[in-house]
Amino acid sequence: MAGGQREKFDNPVVEWVDSRLPVFTLMQKEYGVFPTPRNFNYFWNFGAIAMFMLVTMIVTGITLAMQYTADTTLAFNSVEGIMRDVNYGWLIRYIHMNGASFFFIAVYIHIFRGMYYGSYKQPRELLWILGVVIFLLMMATAFMGYVLPWGQMSYWGATVITNLFSAIPLVGDDIVTLLWGGFSVDNPTLKRFFALHYLLPFVIFAVVFLHVWALHVTGSNNPTGVEPKGKQDTLPFHPYYTMKDTFGLIVFVIIYAAFVFFMPNALGHPDNYIPADPLVTPAHIVPEWYFLPFYAILRAITFDIGIPFTDIALIEAKLGGVIAMFGAIVLLLIMPWLDTHPVRSARYRPWYKKALLVFVFGVVVLGYAGSQPADKVYWQTCIGSEAACSASDDHHGVATDTAHTGDDHAKPEKAPMVLKFDNTMLAQIFTIYYYVFFLVILPLLSRKEKALPIPKSLHEAVLAKAKASAAK
Amino acid sequence: MCADTATKKDHEEGTRREFLNLAAGAFGAIGTAAVVWPFVDSMNPAADTLALASTEVDLTPIQEGQSITVMWRGKPVFIRHRTKAEIKAAEEVPVNALRDKEEDKDRVQKPEWLVMVGVCTHLGCVPLGQKESETKGEYGGWVCPCHGSHYDTSGRIRKGPAPKNLSVPEYAFLTDTSIRIG
Repeated sequence: MAGGQREKFDNPVVEWVDSRLPVFTLMQKEYGVFPTPRNFNYFWNFGAIAMFMLVTMIVTGITLAMQYTADTTLAFNSVEGIMRDVNYGWLIRYIHMNGASFFFIAVYIHIFRGMYYGSYKQPRELLWILGVVIFLLMMATAFMGYVLPWGQMSYWGATVITNLFSAIPLVGDDIVTLLWGGFSVDNPTLKRFFALHYLLPFVIFAVVFLHVWALHVTGSNNPTGVEPKGKQDTLPFHPYYTMKDTFGLIVFVIIYAAFVFFMPNALGHPDNYIPADPLVTPAHIVPEWYFLPFYAILRAITFDIGIPFTDIALIEAKLGGVIAMFGAIVLLLIMPWLDTHPVRSARYRPWYKKALLVFVFGVVVLGYAGSQPADKVYWQTCIGSEAACSASDDHHGVATDTAHTGDDHAKPEKAPMVLKFDNTMLAQIFTIYYYVFFLVILPLLSRKEKALPIPKSLHEAVLAKAKASAAK
Repeated sequence: MCADTATKKDHEEGTRREFLNLAAGAFGAIGTAAVVWPFVDSMNPAADTLALASTEVDLTPIQEGQSITVMWRGKPVFIRHRTKAEIKAAEEVPVNALRDKEEDKDRVQKPEWLVMVGVCTHLGCVPLGQKESETKGEYGGWVCPCHGSHYDTSGRIRKGPAPKNLSVPEYAFLTDTSIRIG
């Protein structure tokens, strides 16, 4: 970017600016002629789409903040005021509300792309880590944003999530009091959440800048995972990928707009249109859909981890759940060091491909488990007399959590045995797979998996594909 | 430079420069902490929040077998006029079988009045069981709708993910039929 290596622009105004601050040269270099692998598929759209969503969220968010009041007595009504009185308030709020969901959709696909094609591998580890940091910041921002309308789900979601921190040994309760600014989720909590909800998107923006910077140092990965070796392997970013990204973005926005205009509340929860009531917990608290897999992992730990055959619990169930949930994200962070297989793309790694697809399936099932009540029973059978079983069923006013809670000996013995498969067990199975995938399968495959032959260059891979389709 | 002219003994004990660096660094760290603390502490409960810390309750209208819920520090407090059977059930439980070992007599000042914070010790939901129509769980006390923690007639955790018994707030009987919580 040094002035000396700059090419002159024809437009005198552009030239005047660029010779003093070479922003046009920078854009030309990074987004004009930037050499980009020629074989991108549509998965490579989602970074640009996520960026578009971030800007959409910031623009709608600032507009909403001009009408919103962060005070427990006024917040709910100010949101209703936006919906009913503010010009186009309904539209801006629905864009913002559904925008959160579509931002997460874009980011989840973007993360899957990275996992499938090995984009986290050397030399892109830091790029990947910055991405996970953005993901974490997004979760914090989305969580606090959901609290602002001060509906029932806002209030109780905030209560449950802030209470997670009370699981920290010794200082947990003090931390929760500090987070709340009181003895429960209340006015001070709402005000600080609003302040942080306004701040964090700009922090995300800054980290996105670093993420893109790191990307432009290493260059993009591509579906083969083979690094471009020369000019024949790449295309200039403009117009090839500006066009491809624009096309993908338009398709994405059409679906997004369909939600905004025709089913704006489909992804939300109706309970959040009931004003917050600290005395009544909704029958079934569920977070927004994009948190469900992590929520399921949190609830899956229903047992204390301690010294066997004693009452000494080293990690209580509550702390265990919190560790498991945050651990699930830490695993993403260290993924580049868990999977050290030299081949990047799952295209040439048949076992990794299968394990990853099962992993994705598992995360979806965890999401489903997170949306259902913890004690939901999917299947049960009776050993012993049927009559005795149904009698014992009536006895349970509310079905039990799981058989794993560890203090069943306090219960009077009952003759018939009920074998059942409930929601907690479903979540436990796929939580185990989540951890096994990262901690066992990835390191094992790194050493043992024999990859399929990889193409010598992108150029060759593209030509071979063209030849194959011509032969048909 | 300092280091060049210093004697060998000086080197062993560290140079003046090292001392200055360390002293400046320590001073800077303490100074930073002193500046950061007011900002962190400003997020702790404010004086007006702390001032609302006690609530008085008249117990006369509560019949045996009834419960009421009052607000204290933004949280629900359960006050239950326990029946004889409930008291008996609570007292008969062997303490060793409990997750959070507490005798019933340590949780009440008068056995017929059970006063406790109605916040599940798992993740802070309000347990069901206050109203006649609500389920009281497997142990005849309370049950949390969020993650299925069951509490007995003394509010002790018996089953489910919650680690602790429902907490008993500080309270005092002002007369035989009224209490002050907090």
